[in-house]
Amino acid sequence: MITKRIIPCLDVKDGRVVKGVNFKGLGDVASPVELAQFYTKCGADELVFYDITASAEGRKLFTDILCETAEKVFIPLTVGGGINTVEDFDRVLKCGADKVSVNSGAIKNPDLIKQASKLYGNQCVVISADVKRVDGVFRVFAKGGRENTGMEAISWIKRCVDNGAGEVVLNSIDTDGVKKGFDLEMLDAVCNAVNVPVIASGGAGCIEDFINLFKTLPKVDAGLAASIFHFGEVEIKDLKKAMQENNIPARI
Amino acid sequence: MIAIIDYGVGNLYSLKSSFAAIGEEVKVTCDETVIDAADGIILPGVGAFKDAAEKLNASGMADVIKKQAEKGKKIMGICLGMQLLFNKSYEHGEYDGLGLIDGEIVPIEEHINKNLKIPHIGWNSLKITDSKCPLFKYINDGDFVYFVHSYFADKCKNAVVAVTEYDAELTAAVQKNNVFGCQFHPEKSGDVGLSILKAFCEI
Repeated sequence: MITKRIIPCLDVKDGRVVKGVNFKGLGDVASPVELAQFYTKCGADELVFYDITASAEGRKLFTDILCETAEKVFIPLTVGGGINTVEDFDRVLKCGADKVSVNSGAIKNPDLIKQASKLYGNQCVVISADVKRVDGVFRVFAKGGRENTGMEAISWIKRCVDNGAGEVVLNSIDTDGVKKGFDLEMLDAVCNAVNVPVIASGGAGCIEDFINLFKTLPKVDAGLAASIFHFGEVEIKDLKKAMQENNIPARI
Repeated sequence: MIAIIDYGVGNLYSLKSSFAAIGEEVKVTCDETVIDAADGIILPGVGAFKDAAEKLNASGMADVIKKQAEKGKKIMGICLGMQLLFNKSYEHGEYDGLGLIDGEIVPIEEHINKNLKIPHIGWNSLKITDSKCPLFKYINDGDFVYFVHSYFADKCKNAVVAVTEYDAELTAAVQKNNVFGCQFHPEKSGDVGLSILKAFCEI
């Protein structure tokens, strides 16, 4: 039986994990490679590396980190951040990434998803959408959630999937950082619109939020989070155990 | 030494790294001399069947692989590389494969409940149907491996050694004598995957 995936996301700047993390028994960790190894051991099903570097030197550090991770970690690795062209796809895929997630790049260049999926296959292209309610309508935001594009989110996501995106990461700006649970209403709307895997992001604060997500919306394939894993508020091992106890298929 | 066939399809960085991680010497190559000297051959592949089959033929690798298979060398196809071992595929048309294993590659969607998502992406459990297959020396029935595919091998009952449940039972691994195939990605399946690669190296 196919399992629901649990995916920690690491923000990487100049080759280091942003803000660092602090685990019981692990201390401060700023190396993305070490953190990736740690999460893999804890039972993470997949990892997302998000490059928030702006400089060319930072980009080089990022791809070095990717290569080193791919030499040591043998679970799927998705890379996002600064993906604007097919050359950017090529740059990270060569370093061991399995999937590439596009956000602003797809908004700026609507053909990017089409081009990339043709070259590397749909399974390789992930559309990551930052979505927020504006006057009761789901709108797509760009530039890390700072700029309202004015586009209606569900039709935008559907168009990206029609163009060849093989997976959707839905990040609800409304619930992000609030830690009161995923945005079930928004996720439901997306799941009903597309037939590719949907990854929920934004809002998880505790184990119950994941259980509630998968129980309420069986169509959601994965849950993604960052800080709650980094700061040990949710331990992946405990989360997987709780999923199993609640009859949610999990890889243990 | 294991030779990973390089015929211009996909990214081989992780695959190469996975053999290094189990302490096995590995070469990514399209040099027949190197392939001939190798203890085993890995046929990788991502993307569309037609493109990969064309590249395999154009690079001369198709003939090299067939020759090596006939000589009895152990060969393992991974994902699309596994599909290429079969007679033919119906992905966007009808195309011939290497014909090393009898069977054909067909769309998953025609065999499962329409509500299920395609591609079949994620960690799914293996149901081992032939425990004598040497690939499974270090793993157990029910272990999880990572799949990403929209087509699967059908009409190959005699060669199937493991299946996975996705509404229907989909072919997960095959063996015909010295020729092996995994629909999943052992190089992305954590310790279970590495154990399968290790077992392959030890055959």
